[in-house]
Amino acid sequence: MNAPVNDLNDHSEVLRHRVTEAIGTHTPLCICGGGSKAFYGRRAEGTPLSVTEHRGVINHEPTELILTARCGTPLSEIESLLGRHEQMLPFEPPHFGPQATLGGAVACGLSGPRRPWSGAVRDYVLGIRCINGKGEILAFGGEVVKNVAGFDASRLMTGALGTLGIILDISLKILPRPREERTLAFEMDAARAIEQLNQWAASALPLSAASHDGARLCIRLSGAPAAVASAHKRLGGETLPDGGRHWEDLREHRHDFFQEDEPLWRLALPPATPPLPINGECLMEWDGGQRWVKTALQAGIVREITARHGGHATLFRGGDRAGDIFHPLPPAMATIHKNLKLAFDPHGIFNPGRLYAEL
Amino acid sequence: MNTEPLPQSQPALDKPALVSALRALLPAERVLYREEELRPYECDGLSAYRQRPLVVCLPGTVAEIQAILRLSREWNIPLVARGAGTGLSGGALPLENGILMSLARLKRILDIDPLNRTARVEPGVRNIAISQAVAAHGLYYAPDPSSQIACTIGGNVAENSGGVHCLKYGLTVHNILGLKVLTAAGEILEIGGQAPDSPGYDLLALLTGSEGLLGIIVEITVRLLPRPEQVEVMLAAFSSIEDAANAVGETIGAGIIPAGLEFMDNAAIRAAEDYAHAGYPRDAAAILLCELDGNETEIAEQVRQVAQIFRKNHAGHITRAANEEEKQRLWAGRKAAFPAVGRISPDYYCMDGTIPRHRLPEVLGQIGRWSEEYQLQVANVFHAGDGNLHPLILYDANQPGALERAEEFGGRILELCVQVGGTITGEHGVGTEKLDQMCVQFGAQELAQFHLVKDAFDPAGLLNPGKAVPTLHRCAEFGAMHVHGGKLPFPHLERF
Repeated sequence: MNAPVNDLNDHSEVLRHRVTEAIGTHTPLCICGGGSKAFYGRRAEGTPLSVTEHRGVINHEPTELILTARCGTPLSEIESLLGRHEQMLPFEPPHFGPQATLGGAVACGLSGPRRPWSGAVRDYVLGIRCINGKGEILAFGGEVVKNVAGFDASRLMTGALGTLGIILDISLKILPRPREERTLAFEMDAARAIEQLNQWAASALPLSAASHDGARLCIRLSGAPAAVASAHKRLGGETLPDGGRHWEDLREHRHDFFQEDEPLWRLALPPATPPLPINGECLMEWDGGQRWVKTALQAGIVREITARHGGHATLFRGGDRAGDIFHPLPPAMATIHKNLKLAFDPHGIFNPGRLYAEL
Repeated sequence: MNTEPLPQSQPALDKPALVSALRALLPAERVLYREEELRPYECDGLSAYRQRPLVVCLPGTVAEIQAILRLSREWNIPLVARGAGTGLSGGALPLENGILMSLARLKRILDIDPLNRTARVEPGVRNIAISQAVAAHGLYYAPDPSSQIACTIGGNVAENSGGVHCLKYGLTVHNILGLKVLTAAGEILEIGGQAPDSPGYDLLALLTGSEGLLGIIVEITVRLLPRPEQVEVMLAAFSSIEDAANAVGETIGAGIIPAGLEFMDNAAIRAAEDYAHAGYPRDAAAILLCELDGNETEIAEQVRQVAQIFRKNHAGHITRAANEEEKQRLWAGRKAAFPAVGRISPDYYCMDGTIPRHRLPEVLGQIGRWSEEYQLQVANVFHAGDGNLHPLILYDANQPGALERAEEFGGRILELCVQVGGTITGEHGVGTEKLDQMCVQFGAQELAQFHLVKDAFDPAGLLNPGKAVPTLHRCAEFGAMHVHGGKLPFPHLERF
């Protein structure tokens, strides 16, 4: 079943023309979607180039579990289309605003509560059509799940914050929505929660989300009603009445924890890492692999402690947006990054400095 | 067969000097250069392509690999990395004037972390050895290519290997967390690790499936999953291909993701049944083999649902394996499909295209018409859940012109796969074999972009040059997997 395509919404050529002009005039571009994640990454530079008019679902084949849409398509539009077919974006992307687009979600590479169990954005990206820094429209990957032809440029562009090119169209694998979801709450401290959660994750349980706010561990069970019921029976815990709301607030940073002005750090860690000795409030998510920390500590100290435990730290909101936002790369990695940037964007016109100062 | 030579370095190499230079880096017995020593390395699992390398070396440590990389740069000699050599696309085919570097000696499992559910291993560790090593913790490594008892994890990463269960559990790229890679310049890249979402570009994805062109993988951190509580296997027979294809679409459309969902047509059923006696219905136009796993009550419900969908699509006969032995038996026929076809035909030619599932009746119909046109029989086995086709074109290489007809036929099938929105290779890789089909799949600008990616890692073009991405002028013929007398180079390995 193909969704109707309005070709007036295909702005590939217009955008390609804008890129060619920018190359000619050596004008860096700042690629803009809905603007919901404009805060993310280093401070944007360059002439704004809106891609939101390039929009619309190009193909949704419910029995194939495939969806292809243009970058400017609102996430909400995609999610309501999938919802009508009892399907979902398995990576539960944060919106951070009603204007959030698919292109922005893929370019930022952020995944929501389901990530440790269902996978990240990049795990569901099957193909991308994009404009590179020579003003060429290129297509990588496709609409099939198994595809090993050529380097995986689609996943390379996922999470690259627009520094390698303009993502035009994206093909995603989608999944059926679980028939039942139930949220359970357990009172326990952080150290115990981390251990418990990872023990659960190592056994065949239908887990699909977890959070710990310092005192209470919440987990979500998803799947067939019978599987959810039997897991609930096994684990015990108190049912949280408005579970869906809890996970959405967490995903959207509407939870009370996120309502303050202190710099917000996102620490990515080996999931079973015990609570870190960082002075500041911590909200744990996923299987322990994602931890939000509010702290005024120096960036270098936060990074050093996180790295010592095998993780990396992102200054997610606040702080110095002109400094390092993402964990600095070792020299050999930085060299490869620069080479790749040059390979895709030889004139340096796409989102310069948004990911790292030198890219 | 297409015989266009791969790019070679300068011909006038002083081989004895090279051997001594390598022997200064490695113990003498780990530098092979005599003809008889080189022969075992002249091909990988695609034996139609053979080439002896100048030398073979077998490093055992990262430092030794770094030393070999340095020598490769100093001498300007290309380097081809090899795992177990079970690949099916000639990705590890040696270069005439190149060094073949086997990573088989790096086979230590360095760390198992049951709580974080990861294992850190060297590239020469066999795929199945990981699952065996972590079994005591109730965990396993999910990707299960059919060669899993022999193939190495390093090779799996290089090829982004799949397996029967990748419909539910994903490919290699979905199941690894970190890599330690040596660049052509000998520098170590630490990519990813136990923490999710490494900073910067997703080099983990880029390196996975890069077929040894971008770096030498010296360490892998894999993700481990808990073993499912219960597994059920069902077999359904259909009197038409369309019915079977519709049953696949409806199963997945109903929100059920089987762990595996395999399709065989009548020619494949007969061949497999004669060979493996799995109890397949010989008169069926198609069968579906469906494996479901998960929680006991959930699976019982899914088995009922799937059976209902199969019956609605006119399945004449549905079997559910009652015990482990019956499960093995139902799988045995499918797993024996390749050797079974090898027994009924002197030669066969295996394709690996992927198509959107709903185009299946149309694509199989067209393959059937071409089969008559070329006077060559085809047996279709197919990872139905994810659209990965393995049409086996039966021919006899001793008949004049048969090979050429089979190759032309195969080429048209791959073109059709691309035309209906699919790809030329779902899991076997491009390697040497599908360089030409890459020109159908991609335009010149995409191919040029791939070459720029290669240059970003390996500007001198020393790592497995000439594989995976064709040069822009190479776009004429097609090739595919040729098997003579049913003999694959690893006859003891299952191929499905």
